[in-house]
Amino acid sequence: MIGRIGSIYRAAAAAALLFTSLLPAASAGPRIDPAGDQRAFQAYFERAFPGVALDDFANGPYAVNKEMRKQWEEIMQFPPYDFALDDGKRLFEAPFKNGKSYADCFPDRGIGIRQSYPYFDLRSGEVVTLDLAINRCREQNGEKPLPYEVGDMAAIDAYMASTSRGKPFDIRIPDDPRALAAYENGKKFFYERRGQLNFSCASCHVQAAGRRMRGDILAPALGMLASFPIYRSDWGSMGTVDRRFVSCNEQVRSLPLKPEDEAYRDLEYFLSYMSNGVAIAGPGTRP
Amino acid sequence: MSRRALAVVAAAGLAGLSCGALAATQSEFDAAYAAAAQAEAQAGALHDQWSPTEAALKAARQAAEEKRYDEASALARRAEALAKASISQAQAQQSLWREAVVK
Repeated sequence: MIGRIGSIYRAAAAAALLFTSLLPAASAGPRIDPAGDQRAFQAYFERAFPGVALDDFANGPYAVNKEMRKQWEEIMQFPPYDFALDDGKRLFEAPFKNGKSYADCFPDRGIGIRQSYPYFDLRSGEVVTLDLAINRCREQNGEKPLPYEVGDMAAIDAYMASTSRGKPFDIRIPDDPRALAAYENGKKFFYERRGQLNFSCASCHVQAAGRRMRGDILAPALGMLASFPIYRSDWGSMGTVDRRFVSCNEQVRSLPLKPEDEAYRDLEYFLSYMSNGVAIAGPGTRP
Repeated sequence: MSRRALAVVAAAGLAGLSCGALAATQSEFDAAYAAAAQAEAQAGALHDQWSPTEAALKAARQAAEEKRYDEASALARRAEALAKASISQAQAQQSLWREAVVK
């Protein structure tokens, strides 16, 4: 009898051990599937805006609202970002004090590479945006980093983006747990409600994309970053992706993060990956 | 003493007591502010701080510096309530965000 109880106990203990060993896998949450997410994301916007070509999503509200598109076509007679574009080219080509230049820091000397940013750096284990790479290039060459949201950074961004126009976003997510975690963090940030107004990025740019928010037409999230940096009439100046993230967070009464915070870089990684296939159209203009 | 006079004295006494209870001291403000700051730090750890919370904390400090402790304490209590709301939001969103994912 005692032997029988003992064998039952051992069997129960083995079953418990097996169950415990399975627990981490079971509690790790749903499988991270960037490619599947991307298919669902793009299909959602194709259904929501039938007739809008994939590349046209780069034009945000102008792609989904006829009246705004007419205004935009008028504006584009004299694009308000042209001055920044000229400044950006001059800044990009100007040598650093040590004689080197931005071209020495980037593949293909920095021309036509915007579509591949951000990327996941397997050596440092982090997402590297174009703006972060620009500042790291400066620091490696003994120059002070630029402020991330406006000014020279936006101008250099504008020039570099212009050399990639027409090239589709080509963001890669390596089969590396750190890269997948960064992607998942960005996805979580995008869908997570925050701020006193209890809005997520998706509240406006997925669920309410194309609808009005006061005087604005909310841009679809698909292709949203393909036109950055942008000249916003509301700002009266150029702004980078960081400026947009910060101002969106402020609008929902959330305390914004610092530009190029890891969470913002992960968000940019996720959003850019969702837009793979949309051609770069930056710099752009917005109301 | 007439009933009417008694009522007036009682009302005056109650009014005096309630005035005394409403006048916050610096130590009451300090306690309210510490509770608010602690809740806001917790919200920070959850990466979900709200700008109105920060604004209320700043205004509370300003009022306290000017020795307006009633107002300062009220602002600190408001900041604590906002911080606690942001904590609730962050905790709920730990799982709820998945419901919003495009599928």
